[in-house]
Amino acid sequence: MKTLYDAGLDWLDERLQVRKAMEWASHKSVPVHQGSFFYYAGGVCLFIFGLQVFTGILLLMYYRVGADSSYESVRYISSKVAYGWLIRSVHSWAANIMVLFVFIHMFSVFLMKAFRKPRELTWVTGCALLGLTMAFGFSGYLLPWNELAFFATKVGTDIIGQVPAAGPWLLKFVRGGEEVTGATLSRFFGLHVAVLPALLSLTVGIHLAFVQIQGMAHEKEAPKTMPFFPNFFLRDAVLWLLVLNAIAILAVFFPWELGRKADALASAPAGIKPEWYFLAQYQFLKLLPARILLIPGELWGIIVLNGAGVLWLLAPFWEAALPDSMKDGAVKLVGWGGIAGLAAMTLWGHLS
Amino acid sequence: MNRRQFINLILGGGALGCLASAVYPVLRYMMPPEQVEADPDSIKVGSTKDFPAGSSKIFKFGRKPVIVIRDLKGGFHALTATCTHLDCIVQYQKENDIVWCACHNGKYDLSGKNVSGPPPRPLDRFEVKVSGDEVAVVRTA
Ligand code: HEM
Ligand code: FES
Repeated sequence: MKTLYDAGLDWLDERLQVRKAMEWASHKSVPVHQGSFFYYAGGVCLFIFGLQVFTGILLLMYYRVGADSSYESVRYISSKVAYGWLIRSVHSWAANIMVLFVFIHMFSVFLMKAFRKPRELTWVTGCALLGLTMAFGFSGYLLPWNELAFFATKVGTDIIGQVPAAGPWLLKFVRGGEEVTGATLSRFFGLHVAVLPALLSLTVGIHLAFVQIQGMAHEKEAPKTMPFFPNFFLRDAVLWLLVLNAIAILAVFFPWELGRKADALASAPAGIKPEWYFLAQYQFLKLLPARILLIPGELWGIIVLNGAGVLWLLAPFWEAALPDSMKDGAVKLVGWGGIAGLAAMTLWGHLS
Repeated sequence: MNRRQFINLILGGGALGCLASAVYPVLRYMMPPEQVEADPDSIKVGSTKDFPAGSSKIFKFGRKPVIVIRDLKGGFHALTATCTHLDCIVQYQKENDIVWCACHNGKYDLSGKNVSGPPPRPLDRFEVKVSGDEVAVVRTA
């Protein structure tokens, strides 16, 4: 007697050749070595993105965008709606943890040199995912329309306005006017709940397709491999459950604050700081003097930070052009140097 | 030019024109219209009693915020309240008798001059007119 499972599978197989896909999936494997633990980081990013889509849609049921309603509706969510505080806190905490895991994933594939030929484009799409995740964080941060978000957005967008020539135009485009107002809020909302989810889903799809086509780096040299289904996948699932629990604990014991409502006629409060993942850049900008060689400090900041970003994006290409004897050393130096530099600047920004 | 090249040119040009005619209005749509709000020449901000020595208040002067400060000796000062660095709103620090920006620790003196930190330019000054006990902020020419 055929089991119901087999019968169902046969039915699908006749129509969609699912056994072929399963056969292919059964050959998928993951190298086992010292650094294998880091292979889970990408999956965690994917999981948290799913969690953000889910909690984000729940928030949308009560959130009302607008300078007169955003703050009030978020206050309503966190004080009146049953478990509203939980959903909002989970969304806010998960956003931070997602950024953290994107960084962990990125630096670990860098140090494992998994970006080398033929995986240059996988690396480039990964960099795009970092940018999209940070754009998610920046745009979402404004949505409660509180004081901290208001000033963070003023400063963050004003930096765009410093770009030579196109600056004023870009500023107006991003803010929806000269100043940060309800018009900015509407734009950020559209970006946060429509444009970015579509772009991120598409880019994740491409990123994962590349990984499927090429398999994992170092599979040939690895002393051992592990089948993806079910061995690696089950381990993935356990870690996701742990991450979900960690986020729940943070959300329950450290519920996200709302603060005071944004007021265009109130001074920036003492001790104001951006989210931790913008702290390194923030600290860097704070250190720059007003002018260096007649050019405004901010412009230098933009040039240096964007230059570093472009070098990072193009890592697979310049690394390939280095003499063989220097390659491994350069990756170590840039990778660990980058981690140490970012960590030091972030800590400094946090303490000062 | 042969027939094929000619047809490719017409088709390619048509496709480009078609695309441009869709992209142009979309780009224009995304740029918000100009605000036609004339900035006033002066605003009344209250009576001298509202400003004890060592206090400050922020008012809307047209589209821009202006900070009105009464220093510890009783003198009035009015300056644009938006930091020339990255657009935060400044505050009066009575302990040090300076204007301070919390965002990146920028400092100005009471005449608006940038004295330390990242701000690249001074704050614009306004005139404060006191007639009787009425205080008004006036644009300087
Ligand atoms: C389809 C996906 C998403 C939807 C529909 C969505 C929707 C929303 C909504 C409606 C809010 C406003 C409510 C509130 O402020 O509590 C919000 C806030 C926020 N979102 Fe999302 N979101 C999505 C994905 C993400 C992702 C991927 C991130 C970050 C990586 C993120 C980060 C944030 C942050 C930081 C806030 C501010 C939370 C707060 O302070 O209340 N969101 N989101
Ligand atoms: S915005 Fe005022 S010091 Fe940076």
